[in-house]
Amino acid sequence: MKPAPRLPEHPPRLWKDAEPRKAYDVVIVGGGGHGLATAYHLAADHGITNVAVVEKGWLAGGNMARNTTIIRSNYLWDASAGIYEHALGLWETLEERLGTTVMFDQRGVLNLAHNLSDVREGKRRVNANQLNGIDAHWLTPAEVGKLAPVLDVSERPRHPVHGATFQPRAGIAKHDYVAWGYARAAYELGVDLVSDCEVTGFTQTGGRVTSVSTTRGEISAGTVVLCAAGHSAVLAEKLGVRLPVQSHPLQALVSELLEQVLDTVVMSNAVHVYVSQAHKGELVMGAGVDPHIGYGRRGSFHVVEEQMAAAVELFPIFARAHVLRTWAGIVDVTPDASPIVGPLDAAGDNVWINCGWGTGGFKATPGIGDVFADSVAHGRAHDLVAPYALERFTTGRLIDEHGAAAVAH
Amino acid sequence: MLRIPCPHCGERDETEFHYGGEAGVDYPAEPAALDDVAWAEYLFVRADPADWFTERWCHVSACRQWFTIDRHTVSDEVRA
Ligand SMILES: Cc1cc2nc3c(=O)[nH]c(=O)nc-3n(C[C@H](O)[C@H](O)[C@H](O)COP(=O)(O)OP(=O)(O)OC[C@H]3O[C@@H](n4cnc5c(N)ncnc54)[C@H](O)[C@@H]3O)c2cc1C
Repeated sequence: MKPAPRLPEHPPRLWKDAEPRKAYDVVIVGGGGHGLATAYHLAADHGITNVAVVEKGWLAGGNMARNTTIIRSNYLWDASAGIYEHALGLWETLEERLGTTVMFDQRGVLNLAHNLSDVREGKRRVNANQLNGIDAHWLTPAEVGKLAPVLDVSERPRHPVHGATFQPRAGIAKHDYVAWGYARAAYELGVDLVSDCEVTGFTQTGGRVTSVSTTRGEISAGTVVLCAAGHSAVLAEKLGVRLPVQSHPLQALVSELLEQVLDTVVMSNAVHVYVSQAHKGELVMGAGVDPHIGYGRRGSFHVVEEQMAAAVELFPIFARAHVLRTWAGIVDVTPDASPIVGPLDAAGDNVWINCGWGTGGFKATPGIGDVFADSVAHGRAHDLVAPYALERFTTGRLIDEHGAAAVAH
Repeated sequence: MLRIPCPHCGERDETEFHYGGEAGVDYPAEPAALDDVAWAEYLFVRADPADWFTERWCHVSACRQWFTIDRHTVSDEVRA
């Protein structure tokens, strides 16, 4: 067992909230991880600093504050390997780049297989990953047991472990530090961070969006960039566009602080649970989305109950842990479990959208911030985002990641 | 936990039901007449409002009937 890294001191105030100005070159709607990372890269890499990030609540209080921080790149298709591996590469140097600690800890991620179809699908994914140069391995139950001794790899459980995929470079990070790191870096480069500022409508003239209406006044915009995650469908509707997105509650929970017993991440699609142990010691667990759509930021208790039953089956010693806290976010799920990124032509020539990351967009934060900003700055989709255009639902070029992304985030 | 009013069995726990999404999405009368955009719209695009929403549920654990309710997607208040 590796010793847990020491927690750094709470950082001092990192940015000052801005009073919104009358006009900006770029208005980014949504101050989550993606909006902040996009703003940072616009300023740092493209010299575009007349930028506002407008956030209806407090900065990074949406899914960025609620996710379980799993970072990996072992998705199936080439397009996914492209964007998620690009992100993973950037995670590896993010602390130097931002000059803040983000506690990125490459403790590896196991995706368990419990039946023949899981085994086939897992091995297929390992092969596909290796062809894309991604570190992926297929492990036997005994090898899984070595990495996670508290996991029951015997034949006893209702869903025995038949093997697992393993990505050693995968891991977790401290989500708040990531958000604050991007926010501070963007702020220092001159970006206005405007919280408590909800976008309530848009003015569309001559095939463009000329201004954004907010609860803190009207803001003219050269370019409008939507990074609203779980509220993307609601915002797109205000622009007259219907997105192939459904917004679901997604829950997670933590136990009280426990001694370190698990130093890797364990996920299981078949029994619907995933677990990691945070640096402080709490077990962090999540499951799949609640089946119905909803914006209430709360899910149903039976989902948590089923998830706990599965966790205790796999990890008998967790039966003694207590649930400390549960919460939910709203995640924007697409039909093929892949994001939608690109120009939103139907809304106007100067509108870009980044949404549909559903249950798994935290890991993409540095990667999408980089290539989305590059796309917006140059007015064309970067190679890594081009496959994610909204048009794929019309052309049929879907990027089906249900196997890699259904429960695993 | 949602409580869903089944028109046949009365109000029951959500766990007895299967969710069917937006109501009133009919199979196109003339599928061959649809262009790619209209077909994609039918296959993939559903309303996703933060508001009252008319949706389908199936009471799989009891009467196995499909029915329609109105639910507010923010408050989860339900109207049969
Ligand atoms: C419980 C849970 C667990 C998860 N676990 C993982 C995981 O382990 N790994 C992983 O990779 N991903 C995970 N995710 C998914 C991940 O959190 C999201 O995909 C990602 O955070 C989305 O990008 P974001 O950070 O920009 O979103 P958000 O932080 O949600 O940012 C969007 C922002 O837009 C704002 N907004 C919305 N409407 C408006 C408006 N009208 N005006 C102004 N602002 C507006 C919102 O308030 C919000 O702050 C999880 C999500 C949840 C809920």
